[in-house]
Amino acid sequence: MAIHTLAVLVENSPGVLARVASLFSRRGYNIDSLAVGQTENPKVSRMTIVLNLEGHALDQVSAQLFKLVNVIGISEMKDSDSLKREILLVKVANTAATKAVVNKYKAVIVDESKSTISIEAVGQSSEIESLLTELKPHGIRELVQSGLVALERGDDTLVDRTLSTMGTANESDPNSSTADYQN
Amino acid sequence: MSKMNGAQSLVHALEAAGVDVMFGIPGGAILPAYDPIFDSKIRHILVRHEQGAGHAATGYAQATGRVGVCIATSGPGATNLVTPLADAQMDSVPVVAITGQVPSAAIGTDAFQEADIRGITMPFTKHNYLITDPADIPRAIAEAFHIASTGRPGAVLVDIAKDALQKETTFNYPKKVSLAGYNPVVEPKSEAIRDAAALITQSKKPVLYVGGGVIKANAAKELMQLAEITGVPVVTTLMARGAFPDSHKQHLGMPGMHGTVAAVTALQKADLLITLGARFDDRVTGKLSTFAPNAKIIHADIDPAEIGKNRHADVALIGDLKNILIALNPVTKAALAKSSQDLTPWLNEVYGWQTKFPLGYDKPSDGSVSPQYVIERIGKISGPDTIFTAGVGQHQMWASQFIGYEKPRTWLNSGGLGTMGYAVPAAMGAKVGAPDTTVWAIDGDGCFQMTNQELVTCALNNIPIKVAVINNESLGMVRQWQTLFYNQRYSNTDLHSKRVPDFKLLAEAMGCVGLRCERPEDVDKTIDAAMAINDRPVVVDFEVHRDAMVWPMVAAGTSNDDITVARSMAPVWDSQEL
Repeated sequence: MAIHTLAVLVENSPGVLARVASLFSRRGYNIDSLAVGQTENPKVSRMTIVLNLEGHALDQVSAQLFKLVNVIGISEMKDSDSLKREILLVKVANTAATKAVVNKYKAVIVDESKSTISIEAVGQSSEIESLLTELKPHGIRELVQSGLVALERGDDTLVDRTLSTMGTANESDPNSSTADYQN
Repeated sequence: MSKMNGAQSLVHALEAAGVDVMFGIPGGAILPAYDPIFDSKIRHILVRHEQGAGHAATGYAQATGRVGVCIATSGPGATNLVTPLADAQMDSVPVVAITGQVPSAAIGTDAFQEADIRGITMPFTKHNYLITDPADIPRAIAEAFHIASTGRPGAVLVDIAKDALQKETTFNYPKKVSLAGYNPVVEPKSEAIRDAAALITQSKKPVLYVGGGVIKANAAKELMQLAEITGVPVVTTLMARGAFPDSHKQHLGMPGMHGTVAAVTALQKADLLITLGARFDDRVTGKLSTFAPNAKIIHADIDPAEIGKNRHADVALIGDLKNILIALNPVTKAALAKSSQDLTPWLNEVYGWQTKFPLGYDKPSDGSVSPQYVIERIGKISGPDTIFTAGVGQHQMWASQFIGYEKPRTWLNSGGLGTMGYAVPAAMGAKVGAPDTTVWAIDGDGCFQMTNQELVTCALNNIPIKVAVINNESLGMVRQWQTLFYNQRYSNTDLHSKRVPDFKLLAEAMGCVGLRCERPEDVDKTIDAAMAINDRPVVVDFEVHRDAMVWPMVAAGTSNDDITVARSMAPVWDSQEL
């Protein structure tokens, strides 16, 4: 099992999410999570796609994705050089035990009634997972997760690379397991 | 910029894109566009079914290299284009489809003749559009033609809401198309060229594995140069027939499921495949894990996603094939001049297979007409300047095997999608694109009954194509599989025709000349008679032996090593060849 995170810059045009979803569906690529939102440029949206690639090369997935006319740039967000965060909202019983878990994980209680509390947690997937593991024995009433978003560390930005290399799409290197596609 | 409505803007944009002909049928949602079409210099050919319009656009594009255009209304008009668009996309043919859509306020309400054709065609178009603002029409058309015809060509659909066609707008056709997410790489990297030349020079058993991309890139001349510089034997896939002359001594013919023994075996035994615009399709590779097990791969393609899709590439050459070959040929020539490469043992082996296992067929013992003979004679009598189209099935394989192709764009068929019914409308489109060229549709009786209504279009629009119906009263290729793999249980492959319909009379009813041939000795004179008719379409009903089979064959999902030259008959190899 190989989990990869791709940051994908797309034109903010109608149908672009359907195009990406349709591509993944018809080529049999499994999406673990997908988060999409506007960027600093209103004409450009950014998708963060977490893929579970069993039997598919990341390079091939990126190359297929890059064929979509609305896809402007793709970069793999590696753990070592990117920030990755998820948001969790979870409703549990209002007890001393659940509040103790909240404190332990530096999560925030964003809504409280006599019987329940709603907790907001922001963190890496592993932190969110262990928080949930500790809450589970106390009974989870309802939960919602945002899907992962990722940003490169340091001064580099995908947007800069994409714009600076406009018109010179990188070639796919058949021997490389990483992919970085820009127009 | 001048004031006009969206429909006029559309027609102006099509004219600005260089469209000279389009195939279509009007209907409610597209109706505003048909008013300015009436006055346009663009020739509109009124077909009898939208599928015919789509395949005609494809045939036109394949014959001419220009973008083919089809036009239809919303709902069923648009959904009837689904098959030809999928077909064009699979075979990388530049086609633009224009469809009317219900008025924008009605979109999403399940309105009369509403279908989400943009959503439907998303998986098998290169790109598509839904236009609801008339100001967007010229830009969308310009982009559609740019996307369809550049990079790896493909199908693009532009769906336009009826109110966008009716509203006032200004016409402003973009001088240049600029798309943030679409800039195909056309120039190969020089390091990759050097690496490829080095692999070619080092190889002992190379094969040029040539695909349809060579024809798309108009690179046949450059391919010939590479073949002659290197002396490497050539195989041409079903989509590449004509990219390299069949008469050339280095040509081994077609590889794949029904390829020649020499072509299939040369790929299997090769130590290097110089892959040019081909995609390691399952019909070529057979069982992929056993395909060309000892070969290194040079893979040249305009589409980076083809590299490594099915087979790992040792050297990837990404770019336009013509540019790639122009760069590769001199570097290879220089590298070979310094090397001591000697391909003689390999060439002796390969040409030995060619001599030992030529393509052939048995004449039926009952005196009936052999389908392969009919097709071979049409090829001989009509000659290499003819454009041939085919449907899908046995007749298609025989037309690929037994007609000699000498030039690109003379063999048009549905290779990827395998669309029965392609031949007649594609021939119509090809004839419109190349009116001075003889166009023969080689069709099966099953295929012919799917789209023959376009013969009416041909008869009424002075499009005198010639159609050979290879009539075995059955769905021949499926029947062949039943013979081989289903214990001769012919479930639903017998068409029980017995002249229902009578193709000769049917042809005449549609305004064509109908001919029939039932005896081997009449084949030549019937073809001659068809060749002599140039003012009307001609349909020849060739009644042929129904048990003829396509050989050689590599059964689906098996290894190319297990090729059979006739039923249950593997080639008899010399011991050292195994």
